Amino acid sequence: MTEAKAKLLKQRYNAEKRFKLYGQIAIALALMFLTLFMYKIFSKGYTAFQKTWIQTEVHYDRDLMLIEGTNPTLQELEEADYFDVAYKAMTRLDPSLPEELDRQLIQMVSYAYEKEVKELLLKNPDYLGKIVPIRLTASDDLDQVHKGNYPRDIPEEDRRVNNYQLKIYDMLNERGDIKSTFNFSFFTNPDSREAELAGIASSFMGTVFSILVCLIFSFPIAVLAAIYLEEFAPKNKFTDFIEVNINNLAAVPSIVFGLLGLGVLLAVFHLPRSTPLVGGITLSLMTLPTIIIAARASLKAVPPSIREAALAMGASNMQTTMHHTVPLSMPGTLSGTIIGLAQALGETAPLILIGMVAFVNTIPGTPVDPAASLPVQIYIWSESAERGFVEKVSACIMVLLAFLILMNLAAQVVRHKFEKKWS
Amino acid sequence: MNLVLISLILLLGFSSYFFGRKKALVIQSSQRLTALPKFYGYYLSIWCAVPALIIFALWSIFEPSIVKNLILSDYDGQILNKNELQLTYTKIKALALGNYSGNITNFLDNSANKYLQIKGIADNAKIVIILSILIFSLSYAYKSIQKNNRMREPVEIFLKWLLFTASLAAVLVTIGIVFSLLFEAIRFFQAVQFFDFIFGTHWYPAKTFVRDGQPDPELLKDAFGAVPLFAGTFFIAFIAMCVAIPIGLLSGIYLSEYSGRNVRKYAKPIIEILAGIPTVVYGFFAALTVGPFVKEIGNAMGFEVSAESALAAGAVMGVMIIPFISSLSDDVITAVPQNLRDGSYAMGATKSETIKKVIFPAALPGIVGSILLAVSRAVGETMIVVMASGLAANLTINPLESTSTITAQIVVTLIGDQQFGDPKTQSAFALGITLFLVTLFLNVIALSVVKKYREKYD
Repeated sequence: MTEAKAKLLKQRYNAEKRFKLYGQIAIALALMFLTLFMYKIFSKGYTAFQKTWIQTEVHYDRDLMLIEGTNPTLQELEEADYFDVAYKAMTRLDPSLPEELDRQLIQMVSYAYEKEVKELLLKNPDYLGKIVPIRLTASDDLDQVHKGNYPRDIPEEDRRVNNYQLKIYDMLNERGDIKSTFNFSFFTNPDSREAELAGIASSFMGTVFSILVCLIFSFPIAVLAAIYLEEFAPKNKFTDFIEVNINNLAAVPSIVFGLLGLGVLLAVFHLPRSTPLVGGITLSLMTLPTIIIAARASLKAVPPSIREAALAMGASNMQTTMHHTVPLSMPGTLSGTIIGLAQALGETAPLILIGMVAFVNTIPGTPVDPAASLPVQIYIWSESAERGFVEKVSACIMVLLAFLILMNLAAQVVRHKFEKKWS
Repeated sequence: MNLVLISLILLLGFSSYFFGRKKALVIQSSQRLTALPKFYGYYLSIWCAVPALIIFALWSIFEPSIVKNLILSDYDGQILNKNELQLTYTKIKALALGNYSGNITNFLDNSANKYLQIKGIADNAKIVIILSILIFSLSYAYKSIQKNNRMREPVEIFLKWLLFTASLAAVLVTIGIVFSLLFEAIRFFQAVQFFDFIFGTHWYPAKTFVRDGQPDPELLKDAFGAVPLFAGTFFIAFIAMCVAIPIGLLSGIYLSEYSGRNVRKYAKPIIEILAGIPTVVYGFFAALTVGPFVKEIGNAMGFEVSAESALAAGAVMGVMIIPFISSLSDDVITAVPQNLRDGSYAMGATKSETIKKVIFPAALPGIVGSILLAVSRAVGETMIVVMASGLAANLTINPLESTSTITAQIVVTLIGDQQFGDPKTQSAFALGITLFLVTLFLNVIALSVVKKYREKYD
């Protein structure tokens, strides 16, 4: 009997241990997913912050540039012909190459190489007629080869960089003429079809504008609504209805808000398509319930004694609310707002529906210029077949995550630093 | 022009605050004030700006359609359909504003002149009416200030109304959602039978595209069967739940019952990071890493696996949903009263027995509520599916094939330029309202279950 009991007890203790282990495994799995995820993104993305250049020499030949006269003005330099000069700068790398195969060398640099040649001269007009060293942006395929992301051992016909180009690359690499620097242009360039030139400036500005518009539309309305519901609303059916409404709105899928933006803002009010203005308004409808809920919670947390004290001093209800309750609730409201905006920052689907996926290769200057946003940029780039965009996507994700972390930290700081503890 | 008018109104409103307050100080020298001086200022500036702004807003909303009707009434004689009328109106407007390039007919020219004329009258009338209303309401307010009426109450009543109006915004958004979806969806169901949509098993809207003209009704009948999408949506949500429920629930239980204070303090927020990562990032991860990984494993085991499989999308979605379930169930379990636990321990139960036999049943309604919320979240998830699970609407229960969902089809249909009035575009709104209703249903049930549960233990 006692033996059976001891056995049973042992079984029960084993079950206890197992159950605890399951819990630990579950936590470990969740944490593992997060680490794996971050590792994948970072290991793929960090190379995007490096830019590969090809070092060569350019001869600013007056004849080739069709410049007459000895002292051309900047205007003339602006209008000069750079095609041949730039072309020669590349073919100079291998003079023995027959002319009909020149394209192979040109393909090793980005499409903007002619512009780069031009800009160098415009910056230093005294280079005219001289042979000077120049750095040209490498093409995205070569860039990937240099970063080791592109396998070199697959058959030549499957490769976007052929054997000849690899030979030139190796030669340049040995000479030290392949340079890597920090990729500033990733932050200053707008989107481009060419991976080596594509940057996040346009989508970043789009995001900034949409978030600002979102803040302007949602914050005042949400705070006022929260004050009404928490401090003034009579307890009746209609107030209950508003409350149920807000709670449900918080759980409506974001894509439905996109349909709302499309069906109302674009089709009825004819606001400009693809712009941060429309995107921001759509996002503000989404963040509205989040902020209302946060603001109500933080109004509720203000102890009644504050209100009673103010009322006892003869303040009206409105004065009590506006002078005491609302200021005391502000830290909580603000941190809720920041969290709501962080959610809006990561939204993609509604912005796609209102047309913010358009290819924009200019940096928007106002909220009514067409723009993309960072998450949409991630989507656009990840749909692109070119290998060079993979690291760009990862880098863009890193920038986006950095922003989210910053915003969440800001929310924490606001909450812990300014919130009054009532005890 | 509008900007000048608005700034004028706002400027006058702003300055009347100081004016009103000064007036109050003057009154103060002879008699006792009935409110703080600043309320006199508020009173005056509210009366100055608000009526004028309301009229201005109403005017801006209604003016364009009235002008349009006046212009197009000339075209009553000609038989034109709605689109042609709209086009004509656009032409007239462009001509009047001087950026029209095209054939200028006599008729068009007359209309453009008429447009300019009406517009000029309307603009002048607007300025005169708004300014006179402003002066009228301002003088009314000034009079009541002079009488030294009670000034605080009207200001506070106004503020209260302002607060009330703001709280209506949430209702307005809901109404906006329902109407914008319904409006297009009803037009869709005029072209496509409701039952063909709900019970049809072929989803292939691209088939109905016809250049210049109405699509063939026979084609419409067979192209918009949404069953594959409903099935795909719930299938992917099911896969996600298979990942999220065990992991989420077990980690919720562990965090609330076993872990020490320190583990909980750090592990909980770290797991919640998973919920804060944008979904497009998960989509990229699913498409680039998990999809090929699943394909490789499947191929190694001898299965036919498509690169965009429901399994990859569902699994990644499940990871995203873990924190929803773990955090909510953690809260729910923590809310179970301690005396239930104590009672169970006193009877000699181990911790896991207590959890399984006492705490879990007690917390079940709350846990079910949290799971329902998670399902609603999975059903509405868009980007992961768009990027990782493909766009072909297959009716399948093989997790290794690609399927599509309601949300993914909405995106596919509406990406790029849309043409309103096309059944393909309208189908997205029909899908949208289905999605809205399904998630609404799940949310209402979940919220009421959770609420009841809270009341039970509070």
